[in-house]
Amino acid sequence: MRGCLLLALLLTIILALGIAGCGSSGDDGDGDDVLVSAATSLKSAFTSYGDQFDDAEARFSFAGSDELAAQIRSGAKPDVFAAANTKLPDELFAKGLVERPQTFATNRLVLAVPADEAKVEAIEDLTKPGVTIAIGSEGVPIGAYTRKVLDRLGAAERKAILANVRSEEPDVGGIAAKLGQGAADAGFLYVTDVAATNGRLKAIELDAALQPEVSYGVAIVKGASHRKAAQAFVAGLLDGAGVAALKQAGFGLPRIPIRER
Amino acid sequence: MTASRGRPHGYRDRRERRRPLARAVKRGRWFAPALVVALALALAFLTLPVVAIFVRTSPGNLIGALDDPGVLDALWLSLRTTLLALAIIVLVGTPAAYLLATRTFRGHALVVTLVELPLVLPPAVAGVGLLAALGPAGIVGGYIADTGVRLALETAGVVVALTFVAAPFFIRGAQTAFAAVDRSWLEASRTLGASEARTFARIAIPAAAPGMLAGLALAWGRAVGEFGATLIFAGSFRGRTQTAPLAIYERLGTDFDAALALSAVLVVVSGTLLLSAKLLGGQGTETLRAAR
Repeated sequence: MRGCLLLALLLTIILALGIAGCGSSGDDGDGDDVLVSAATSLKSAFTSYGDQFDDAEARFSFAGSDELAAQIRSGAKPDVFAAANTKLPDELFAKGLVERPQTFATNRLVLAVPADEAKVEAIEDLTKPGVTIAIGSEGVPIGAYTRKVLDRLGAAERKAILANVRSEEPDVGGIAAKLGQGAADAGFLYVTDVAATNGRLKAIELDAALQPEVSYGVAIVKGASHRKAAQAFVAGLLDGAGVAALKQAGFGLPRIPIRER
Repeated sequence: MTASRGRPHGYRDRRERRRPLARAVKRGRWFAPALVVALALALAFLTLPVVAIFVRTSPGNLIGALDDPGVLDALWLSLRTTLLALAIIVLVGTPAAYLLATRTFRGHALVVTLVELPLVLPPAVAGVGLLAALGPAGIVGGYIADTGVRLALETAGVVVALTFVAAPFFIRGAQTAFAAVDRSWLEASRTLGASEARTFARIAIPAAAPGMLAGLALAWGRAVGEFGATLIFAGSFRGRTQTAPLAIYERLGTDFDAALALSAVLVVVSGTLLLSAKLLGGQGTETLRAAR
């Protein structure tokens, strides 16, 4: 009987804590926090921007942009969606799921290799047998950009490189992890991802002729429960603390900043 | 309880007679309905996602989505890698479980706990641990790499990950099954001159077979569903390391119907495995009961 009472007491406490915990994260629209679904490659830039963002507590969900877009398509309602391309925000806009997207940053693809072990020193080395490569899967922006780079190579070179691909990762985090652990010898990443590893990875620049155009799009999700905070967050990305954080992380700024309201 | 049972039959509050609910509560008749409500809630919550997989799109779409070479590759890879992992698990796990079931030694409980640890370990932890141990930069991975064997990002790595997460399910089941075998059978076999190895092979294994198979079915179910450890340790590459759950994840963003179709296949597979574990488990206890 005493055991029962103890158990009941414990359950009550857990439930109370649980309910209190859930309630504080998204109960009302008064602008206490802003929920941002962002591409994994934005992690370091957005985390530091979030620390400086005063209008609300910024909470992030980082994953592959395609994954986040799929969540929004199936009814998830973060306040802001920031993707590593403009295609996904545009597509969600066309479906009426987000407000008009804006381009807020650019990036550059590089060939990333572990800093301490230089099995690969140039893109030509990727064709060597025995070299293992990790790239993004086809749906995630990094994977689509990588395929653009490969498409610009000669057919024989492309084929040899693809034959060495050992993993198609769901986001840049997966690629960086495989390189960091030495499981893969090389991979295609954004230059900002390499910078975020604090020297564990080394970037090998691609020829300008191979470089795809990488721009990041951001949009406020329709029906966002913290719309005001979301607007402030996006505004800061286009002209404010967010710009500094993006620059600091190595992102470029769009050549023609589009300001539409 | 005893007091209310002892109450004279004719005694009844007037209010109580008018309100059946209040009367039921007062007489302790609320408990059984409360149990039913709780079960109904649990059942609805636990089956809803499974039902949704089958009804979210039309059956035609589901079957059509299966006709994707990537999906078939993933299922075929899942079948091959899980069977290979099971073979390793049975080969090493059976004698190990027999030892744990038939002998006591210092630290027995500790060994059992360590063997069972992967049961409760988060799959992501398993993946990170495997990378740290067997990855190219891992504490023993370097020696493995020197022999020319690659595990990370290879099919062999998938088998390693599946073996790690699924083995405890089998070892636990086999250990329980061996422990339930009547000791006098084993002793009789030894007295009649059979070696311990022969007793193990001819008496213990056949007697424990149903329980072992039930454990095996559970291990298979866990291996089929493995996701996190595989992604972290073995990566995801079509036909090589992309098992069915990883293929589901890859399609989530681009082709939800295909993700649903693969999920439906896995629901059927896992359901079948659970059912066979139940049937074998039941049969096992019946055999044991009959033997007593």
